[in-house]
Amino acid sequence: MNQDQILQAGDELYEAMVSRTTIKPFTERFDDITIEDAYHISLRMIERRVQAGERIIGKKIGVTSKAVQNMLGVYQPDFGFLTDKMAYSQGQEMPISEQLIQPKAEGEIAFVMKKDIIGPGLTNADILAATDFVIPCFEVVDSRIEDWKIKIQDTVADNASCGLFVLGDTAVDPRKVDLATCGMVVEKNGSIISTGAGAAALGSPVNCVTWLANTLGQFGIPLKAGEVILSGSLVPLEPVQAGDFMSVSIGGIGSASVRFV
Amino acid sequence: MTNNLTKDQIEGLAEHLENAELKAFEVTKITDDYPDMTYKDAFDIQWEIRRRKEARGTKIVGMKMGLTSWAKMAQMGVEHPCYGFLADYFTVPDGGEVKFDELIHPKIEAEIAFVTKKPLKGPGVTIADALAATDFVLPAVEVIDSRYKDFKFDLKSVIADNSSSTRFITGGQMVRPEEIDMKNFGVVMEINGEVVATGAGAAVLGHPAASVAMLANMMGERGEEVPAGTFIMTGGITAAVQINKGDNFAVRYQGLGTITGRFV
Repeated sequence: MNQDQILQAGDELYEAMVSRTTIKPFTERFDDITIEDAYHISLRMIERRVQAGERIIGKKIGVTSKAVQNMLGVYQPDFGFLTDKMAYSQGQEMPISEQLIQPKAEGEIAFVMKKDIIGPGLTNADILAATDFVIPCFEVVDSRIEDWKIKIQDTVADNASCGLFVLGDTAVDPRKVDLATCGMVVEKNGSIISTGAGAAALGSPVNCVTWLANTLGQFGIPLKAGEVILSGSLVPLEPVQAGDFMSVSIGGIGSASVRFV
Repeated sequence: MTNNLTKDQIEGLAEHLENAELKAFEVTKITDDYPDMTYKDAFDIQWEIRRRKEARGTKIVGMKMGLTSWAKMAQMGVEHPCYGFLADYFTVPDGGEVKFDELIHPKIEAEIAFVTKKPLKGPGVTIADALAATDFVLPAVEVIDSRYKDFKFDLKSVIADNSSSTRFITGGQMVRPEEIDMKNFGVVMEINGEVVATGAGAAVLGHPAASVAMLANMMGERGEEVPAGTFIMTGGITAAVQINKGDNFAVRYQGLGTITGRFV
């Protein structure tokens, strides 16, 4: 894709998000779209959000589970940017009917960094040393692409299908929990709908953050002190609508809940 | 609780299903030939298999619960899980070998096992009673192997088939029940070094102790109790995963160590 097409695609996604409408997949319209093109589109979309007054507060990692990797036919994760406008607090109502298009919720472990760190060449030990705490998280993903008919380039362009997220209120030192085996239980409207454990995301949530730091490092982008990093879903995605209540609890870390309106 | 099968039919079906287990061959599900059989008939067949084994000097070393996920029960249109017994020759040591050729089409599940210190007798046993009667819990891997063709069965057929019991491995770290958050504790199953399934304790009836209570209540319906010292596998935290000859597995349990083994 050329530069004009990339800018136009980013604008198209931004406008779809603001107007809560969907667009046709780029992969149906541009035969030659590469993953690199897609990241440039996502940068344009996020640039528009920043111009509109949003502040970048972290990053998210997607496509970390084998099920999603198989569905998309790609065997590496992707990433997007988090802004202050996406963040909700534990107990706050999340207005998905006003803000999102076709939301799905997923339980994750979020990392909060305590120092700047830049790849490439970082190991899990570096990431753990730079992590202030981990915290339970619900990410509510959304797609600006019609009916979620995404290929990897479509979701990458669309800021890794990021929607909104809520953090719990227990911050745990990563030294105090086994992030690969910690269990996750997700409940929706009082029923247990799924369980999983840390290893569901690339073998360990730490592997995901290490991948992100090393990948961003190739573009000169660090993980910064205070940033929130959503490390990837440990359970299948669950479609949600206004009126639903969901909670997630993570063994040794804590819980988060969210009421959708 | 009534029978629709005669004593001869129950004994015949017990022999038929036990032979399939001992000689590792598949059979068609027994409800195809006996569509009117009752749950009582199904459990009578299972208890007859148990009697046959004990008569030959086999020791019963524990119990297991099956179909303990709400999703699986809904899928099968049943409201209850099922139980089975564990015989002495089902045990495989941690780090040991499971002989694939002795089985038909085995799958493995990650579970948490309880060992009781007081008897439990239903009806009316609650989760609290089950926890109060628990000496300790420890990790377990169950190998299941339905004797039915393609693992296709209904609840009555699987009960008669000793709830697909065949082998188990236990080990790792034992802990008192109050030392572990059993609902949220996680497990990670790997086959040949690849993560194939993950889950958390709540996958078992919302809490694994609910499975122990249900076992006591179901056995209570037959006037049987769960004696002190019983080893009870509470049901799969992960889905059952198919495993082949030559594969090795490692299951990691949050705070409770790892169980490994291989199929030879």
